[in-house]
Amino acid sequence: MNGFVGIDLGSTTTKAVVLAEDGSILGKGITNSRSNYDLAAEVARTEAFVTARFGLLRREVERVAGAPVLDRLMRAFRVQQNLVQMRRLQALVDEEVDRGVMPGLQSPTRATLEAIFQRVEAEEEAWFAEEDPPRRSDFFRDVVGSAYTRAAEALVPDTGLSFDLFLGLWDKCIIRVENEPIGLGFADHIHTAIARLGSPPAVIEGVQRALAVELVAATTVGTGYGRARLPFPKEQIRSEILCHGLGAHAMFPNTRTVLDIGGQDTKAIQVDAAGIVTSFQMNDRCAAGCGRYLGYIADEMNIGLHELGPIAMKSTRSVKINSTCTVFAGAELRERLSLGERREDILAGLHRAVILRAMSLLARSGGIEDEFTFTGGVANNPAAVAALTRLVEENYGHRTLNISPSSIYTGALGAAMFAAGITHAGSGRAEGATS
Amino acid sequence: MTPHENVPPAPDRAPKDRSMQLQKDMIAEHFRRLEQAPETHEPVVYTFVPGNLTELVRSFGALPLLPEINALQSGMRGMSRKYIAEAEKAGHSEDVCTYVKCDIGMIKSGNIGPTGTRLPKPDLLLLSYTGCYTFMKWFELLREEYDCPAVFLHVPYQSDGRLAPEHRQYIVDQIRDKVIPALEQVTGRPYDEEKLRELLGHSRDAEDDLVAVFESAKRRPSPIDAYFGAVYYVGPIFSAFRGTPEGVAYYRALRAEVEARIAAGAGPITPSGQLDDQKYRLVVEGPPNWTSFHEFWQMFSDEGAVCVASTYTKVGGTYDFGFRHDPSDPLGTLADYCGGCYTNLSLPQRIDMLADYVREYAADGFLINSVKSCNSFSAGQLLILREVEKRTGIPGAFVESDLVDPRYFSAANIKNRLESYIQMLAARRIGSSAGGAA
Repeated sequence: MNGFVGIDLGSTTTKAVVLAEDGSILGKGITNSRSNYDLAAEVARTEAFVTARFGLLRREVERVAGAPVLDRLMRAFRVQQNLVQMRRLQALVDEEVDRGVMPGLQSPTRATLEAIFQRVEAEEEAWFAEEDPPRRSDFFRDVVGSAYTRAAEALVPDTGLSFDLFLGLWDKCIIRVENEPIGLGFADHIHTAIARLGSPPAVIEGVQRALAVELVAATTVGTGYGRARLPFPKEQIRSEILCHGLGAHAMFPNTRTVLDIGGQDTKAIQVDAAGIVTSFQMNDRCAAGCGRYLGYIADEMNIGLHELGPIAMKSTRSVKINSTCTVFAGAELRERLSLGERREDILAGLHRAVILRAMSLLARSGGIEDEFTFTGGVANNPAAVAALTRLVEENYGHRTLNISPSSIYTGALGAAMFAAGITHAGSGRAEGATS
Repeated sequence: MTPHENVPPAPDRAPKDRSMQLQKDMIAEHFRRLEQAPETHEPVVYTFVPGNLTELVRSFGALPLLPEINALQSGMRGMSRKYIAEAEKAGHSEDVCTYVKCDIGMIKSGNIGPTGTRLPKPDLLLLSYTGCYTFMKWFELLREEYDCPAVFLHVPYQSDGRLAPEHRQYIVDQIRDKVIPALEQVTGRPYDEEKLRELLGHSRDAEDDLVAVFESAKRRPSPIDAYFGAVYYVGPIFSAFRGTPEGVAYYRALRAEVEARIAAGAGPITPSGQLDDQKYRLVVEGPPNWTSFHEFWQMFSDEGAVCVASTYTKVGGTYDFGFRHDPSDPLGTLADYCGGCYTNLSLPQRIDMLADYVREYAADGFLINSVKSCNSFSAGQLLILREVEKRTGIPGAFVESDLVDPRYFSAANIKNRLESYIQMLAARRIGSSAGGAA
């Protein structure tokens, strides 16, 4: 079976989408871009093929064992992937203790690390065991990183050791784990995942059938800032503007205006009825007001990026923040906090500042036509969506605002459509939702 | 295939046209004379490109020196970053026109000009005001620096799209009553109208050849790049050589060179080599970025894009509209010239000009390079973009950079926009050849 692959090498995350010949989505994968685009592309692609396999598996397993079993199987697979990486991390940390910790402190450090990793593993197991676990990040770094920090916060104070030592060990080793090629593919972990479920024969049979299907990448098209790094000829590289336009059109065929807020740039795109870009504007000269801005703010406040939006949604009155310069906004944030403003109100103001900047780009690109599709990582942020909805209504009147739960894959989807040669309306239909 | 195969080859830094050597020699000789001016006592007049009165200055035996040409040359030679830093140290803010800061910084760094020779102090600052307010402030600073006389020629803005007869007379009166006496004063020579007529005749001849060169871009393939290549072509006529026999000889040679390329069916020499396979024909608005000039050009040539017309190459005169310097009416023709410079045209005129270029030169697209520190060029550019799009039915591109401040040239961002634009044109082309949107 032929798969058409689109890879979107973004500054923060790298996404891959695999399309079948009929334009339906077989699989999707995402990873953080790290400093190694080649590896990021490989990881995202592997992930996309993993989900493609699960896609093939879906019908088989659902039929014989029901949807909850398939869901548990996928979770088991994720846990296996994470545990393999965690053990590698643990080994690297151990080596690092030898190298960087004073001999007298090595033994208590090791004992504490052992306890920390036991807690991390226990958290993973608990997540697997839960009936309906809360949504969490797709990245090993985020999932295991936050569990590690929590465990260290709980355990280190009683040991008399420095908390910074444990953070330092993490920082040093996580980069190495991320930059090592560790087998994370379907075939690598599916069998241990099945074993976690008690090896039900129906599932084993379904998996075998899914594995028997030969899945090959027929054509790959790359996009995103890192696209020049991809080992493809020029024809297989497409600008992310075109990919976002086409991807958004595939998700919502009536799209005429697309806003994409990514890690380091914001794009306002106008497309025609066929998804062909007719006009676009991008942020100029600096990345003020892009996704990274929110990342920086999250770091400043010592919270996770995915927590920003939900906190801001609790705001009752938004604080007016003028600066979209990332560094200035950081300063403004601290000043507001020191003045006693509430965290959620400041965050609501910061989200509004990001969206105001996007509004200016949208105006410059030709305004907002109906329907309006919001894509990129920031589209998953409820506070950004709320600010956008309000400002669109104020400035343009009612517009249908489309946001797909898979919006982060828009660019990769467009790229995959270029790979498949699907560039007309109605094809490559992906799951979409209209808010 | 390795990832590195996508990396473009190192740019061929110097376009290798014969006329370029001729120009280089002319400029070197001019700067040599400027350097020696304190000894030879040739008077030196500083002036700006738009609305320059080079024939008049030369008719008094004075040498023109154009600070913004020096600034752009400093940008191309990689000196501007240092000069701008010097000017900022002296108190000029980050948002001031970077030509000004580059010039001020150059003065503060020993005043060594683009060819490596020392520049003389001005005997007169001749400010021909044609729409750029910054020029006034610039010469105010130089007057302070050099404590020298300055004369101001006010050219009324063509707000209703034409130079009214009373405006023309107003310019003529100023030239006669203010500019000529000032030149007589600093050169010690009387006004020589016959000499001026002779020089204006040279201007007219050179202008004919230059327009023939510009219009050659209507052909397919275009034998010239009418933006990146043409900034070299306008060099002599925009700077010190309008109205000189050397200028006439240069444009004759250039025209012959272009005609030879037409005969051979050859495209222009670009940083990606000779561009015969011209996939996209573009019209460009706005000045180029000088600090990454070749890199910027190569982004176009690598995509097979050739510029067929540009407005920037008309800042020193809009000859392709038919204007020629007329020796029979020396001061009147100078007034007409000043009034018609691109910087003095109204927004509707600029829109007409771009829309006409798109049609006449059968362009596939048009691009605006918006310059951060140039308000007089940038104001209204988005409006221009939308209006030209509406009139021509062709989408425009918008990139942003700066004149000579390298900090404002973000190669990745500009390349991304340009590539996106080119791919957008390609997608449109496929769409229209398939009979419109599916």
